[in-house]
Amino acid sequence: MRTLITATRRTVLVALGAVLLAAPAAAQTLRIGLQEDPDILDPHEARTFVGRIAFASLCDKLIDTSPQLDFVPRLALSWSFSGDGKTMTMKLRQGVKFHDGTAFDAAAVKANIERAVNLKTSRRKSELASVEKVEVVDSMTVVFKLKAPDAPLLAQLSDRAGMMLSPASFGQPVGPKPVCSGPYKFVERVQNDRIVLERFADHWEKAEYAFDKVIFRIIPDTTVRLANLRSGQLDMLERLAPSDVKSAKADASLKVVSAVGLGYQGMTINIGNGERGKTPLGQDRRIRQALSLAIDRDALNTVVFEGLYPPGIQPFPPASPYVDRGYAVPKRDLAKAKALLQQAGHARYAFEMQVANNPVQQQLAQVIQAMAAEAGFEVKIKATEFASLLKDQSAGNYDVSQIGWSGRVDPDGNLHQFVTTGGGINDSKYSNPAVDQAMNAARGVYDVASRKKHYDAAMRILREDLPIIYLYHPPWIWAMSVKLQGFVPHPDGMIRLPGVR
Amino acid sequence: MNGAATVYAESNAAAGSGRNRAFDKFLRNRSAVAGAILVLLFVGLAVLAPLIAPFDPNKTNFVALRQPPSLTYWFGTDEIGRDILSRVMHGGVASLYAGVVSVLIAVLIGVPIGLVAGWYGGWTDAAISRATDALLAVPFLILAIALAAALGPSLVNAMIAIGLSQVPIFVRLARGQTLVVKSEDFVEGARAVGVAEAMILARHVAPNILPPILVQATLTVATAIIAEASLAFLGLGQQPPAPSWGSMLNTAKNYLEQAPWMSLSPGAAIFLVVLGFNLLGDGLRDALDPRESG
Amino acid sequence: MARRVAVALPTLFLVMLFVFVLQRLLPGDPLLVMAGEERDPAVLEELRKFYRMDDPIPVQFLAWLREVLGGNFGVSMRTGEPVIKLVAQTLPVTIQLAVASILIALAIGIPMGVLSAVKKGTALDYLANVISLSGLSIPNFWLGIILILLVSVELRWLPASGYVSVFEDPWQAFRTTLMPAFVLGSGLAATLMRHTRSAMLEVLRLDYIRTAYAKGLLRGTVIYKHALRNALVPIVTLSALLFGQLLAGAVLTEQVFTIPGFGKLIVDAVFNRDYGVVQGVVLCTAIAFILMNLVADVLYILINPRLRSA
Repeated sequence: MRTLITATRRTVLVALGAVLLAAPAAAQTLRIGLQEDPDILDPHEARTFVGRIAFASLCDKLIDTSPQLDFVPRLALSWSFSGDGKTMTMKLRQGVKFHDGTAFDAAAVKANIERAVNLKTSRRKSELASVEKVEVVDSMTVVFKLKAPDAPLLAQLSDRAGMMLSPASFGQPVGPKPVCSGPYKFVERVQNDRIVLERFADHWEKAEYAFDKVIFRIIPDTTVRLANLRSGQLDMLERLAPSDVKSAKADASLKVVSAVGLGYQGMTINIGNGERGKTPLGQDRRIRQALSLAIDRDALNTVVFEGLYPPGIQPFPPASPYVDRGYAVPKRDLAKAKALLQQAGHARYAFEMQVANNPVQQQLAQVIQAMAAEAGFEVKIKATEFASLLKDQSAGNYDVSQIGWSGRVDPDGNLHQFVTTGGGINDSKYSNPAVDQAMNAARGVYDVASRKKHYDAAMRILREDLPIIYLYHPPWIWAMSVKLQGFVPHPDGMIRLPGVR
Repeated sequence: MNGAATVYAESNAAAGSGRNRAFDKFLRNRSAVAGAILVLLFVGLAVLAPLIAPFDPNKTNFVALRQPPSLTYWFGTDEIGRDILSRVMHGGVASLYAGVVSVLIAVLIGVPIGLVAGWYGGWTDAAISRATDALLAVPFLILAIALAAALGPSLVNAMIAIGLSQVPIFVRLARGQTLVVKSEDFVEGARAVGVAEAMILARHVAPNILPPILVQATLTVATAIIAEASLAFLGLGQQPPAPSWGSMLNTAKNYLEQAPWMSLSPGAAIFLVVLGFNLLGDGLRDALDPRESG
Repeated sequence: MARRVAVALPTLFLVMLFVFVLQRLLPGDPLLVMAGEERDPAVLEELRKFYRMDDPIPVQFLAWLREVLGGNFGVSMRTGEPVIKLVAQTLPVTIQLAVASILIALAIGIPMGVLSAVKKGTALDYLANVISLSGLSIPNFWLGIILILLVSVELRWLPASGYVSVFEDPWQAFRTTLMPAFVLGSGLAATLMRHTRSAMLEVLRLDYIRTAYAKGLLRGTVIYKHALRNALVPIVTLSALLFGQLLAGAVLTEQVFTIPGFGKLIVDAVFNRDYGVVQGVVLCTAIAFILMNLVADVLYILINPRLRSA
């Protein structure tokens, strides 16, 4: 009798203990602090970096990228190109369901690509411009017919253009309630405040996802975001400010993880965009070379970014196989800069540089201003709202524009649109047939070594002509509670949750 | 930033004569004198900044980043190694300019419109009053932000934006005062003997509505300085590297933990100068108001 | 009353016209922001057509007017969310903040005002005046920054930002609202204090108060039962007006404390050139402002016995 009671009591205690221990685990909510409010949650219309972070949990893509930037299967199990490079056959994963319960199949892929190409408000049209049509072979096989070989296509399909929505949801506006097939489904969104997702019970890989709920909290102020992490209001945050890294690292309850990003920051120079492209700076590359040499990229990194942002001189991320290893970041050379400026016929040269009106970019601009002054440049800073900056840049109403690019997995995404004649984001209006030819040729071949030859050829010209002066490569820095395990940093800055607990 | 000071000032009737008595009264009001001294102090610092500031406010020093206050740098240095004391001194120019010029804009546009509305009444008045109501229904700062964004970020544009946003305050005040003065005997008398309307407005009405407008203008300078700082704080003011208290705070906010001193002095400067104008405005009101004694 | 409403309508129309035109004056092409990296001119043209941005401005305005009259406030270009939903989400946030601020302002402002009126001319009165002027002079956003620095970063007593609804978690709501409400409330308290003081001074001068004194009533009784009750009339009206201003006047405070309220919604929309949201939200603010003015008038009549009997 007595033993029985003891036994019972012990069971109760053990059970109670289990409940207590399980309690933190039972509160399975992951709270992630984002720096900005994502835009529309429709992968075919969306355009912001933070939006992609939300999509990473919400919408599965056909293809994913590994931390080493290899393409890995997601909803597509395999893909192969025909000999002429104009047909891609893709095998799909079986047993995948959308959040509304409908099944994912080849017809869904066709419907999604067609929506991305045809939707009036789609922002994916240029990315999928090479796709002529999509054909359903059988329920799990789909064929992409291309107008011309398109090496960057895989990269597009590993981003928003490859995110699959339930075709049954196309009837209503997608943005306010996206229906995808990702590990988490949409619950609610309060603009400027939070996006709430909950576990999708029928996900094909559900065992990998530990949390029942994921809440993205929008907190633009970096100091405040960190304060929230410290006080336990957040479990993790993205884009920790470099100035906060030291104190976050010193905090035993936090850990800091980083990955070198895919993007760059630089100065775009008006070379042929309207009247303001006709300045000596736009017409004489020696002045641009002098400007580039006047900047001490290492000091820039130390002064503005606490030594955490690797200096750069090429558009591709430092780890990319397409980087020209023979061309290192040049040291500052004031004498040479002054000499070049002299050769161009200027003792001093004044120009205006526009910059986004946030404190960090303004700090960067002021440091550049101080450095360039020593070589004889008088930089007038025009800090302006981002919307105006873009408008002025595309309309040619600028001399120099300090702007960057969040970066793409494929090298094409970091360069083609910026430097080719008529390229969509070529606001410099740089035009050089040799560069165009190399850039287009790189699109037409699929193996890395042959593509790299074309990029090397283009870059040899570009680093003399300097339509864009590259400055540094921003890394992604995450801070999180030490309790959080299993997070794998990716160079694309996304937060992928499989294995995180 | 809030219209309460407006309400307060409107409750005062037109002041009578006796400028010297008013001046004596002003001098006896200790807080008013304190306000005047504060304002003069900051005007002096701003004007003399090029002579007395210890450093060039825009001179960067990459080996003295975010230094705490010391004997060399009394208020510390900022994120690119500039002396904060020198920047605060030079920054006063932007704030004082913005305060005074924007209020001048508001007075020069608002008062004539208000005079006309109050004097002529009828449809003119109705139209002006509705437009004023509409502008007042849009919160002041939102209006200023939208205007500043429309004009593009710069100090001059910030002044224009703030000035235009404050026009309705002066329209209302001038209209109200004109209505009061209009029924006074001397004005009725002038009309009765057939003095031209423009003459009456210029000779009799304008001088009599001036004192409350002066008081309101002084208090509005205070609001305008805060507004300029707010716009700069949002990135819509003075262009870098020229110093402005609001934009200094905008940057400082990112270094609350590492460099708290960066937030202290620019904010304190705004506070003191605004306090100065508020004290001065209050003192002027007491001095010019015939009703309240001592 | 009907007349007031009739006057409000043209005002609203003017607000709409004004906001609409002002928006179109903003530099920057919203489409470039909205298009992101998609810059194919043909695609941009199609987008422009879709958002009706190629219509002449008067046509755009009339189209919007028609929509609003039909109860449709439009859609955010940035997120695709209906404006009415955004207003419904953010309004409670700002109302909670505004109510808390008004309560703090009343709790500080009225006692201080009474005290300084009763002790007129003493050091206490002087001190109260300096404090209230300081409250009026301190920039909200700086006070916010300093409080975050002290209370959140150094002492770690209160969260530095955020918003929790009082209906969700009252304790957290209290903790998150306290600092921003104090920041907003401090300025209002100063205004209220000054008005209370002058209203009290007026009342204390009146005959019946002197009579009450003469009758030998206790000083406290006279002050609180007779003087304050009468002095409160304009204060209540003023509070309603201030409340109306707070709805969008909290812009910077919301920015500093990252509170997803009305003011932050407008500012973000202005910066993003999200036309639909700016228009819709400013219109709602103007309606709220005009409504609060009406409320103030009604309150004035209700609590002022002299006017009621008249």
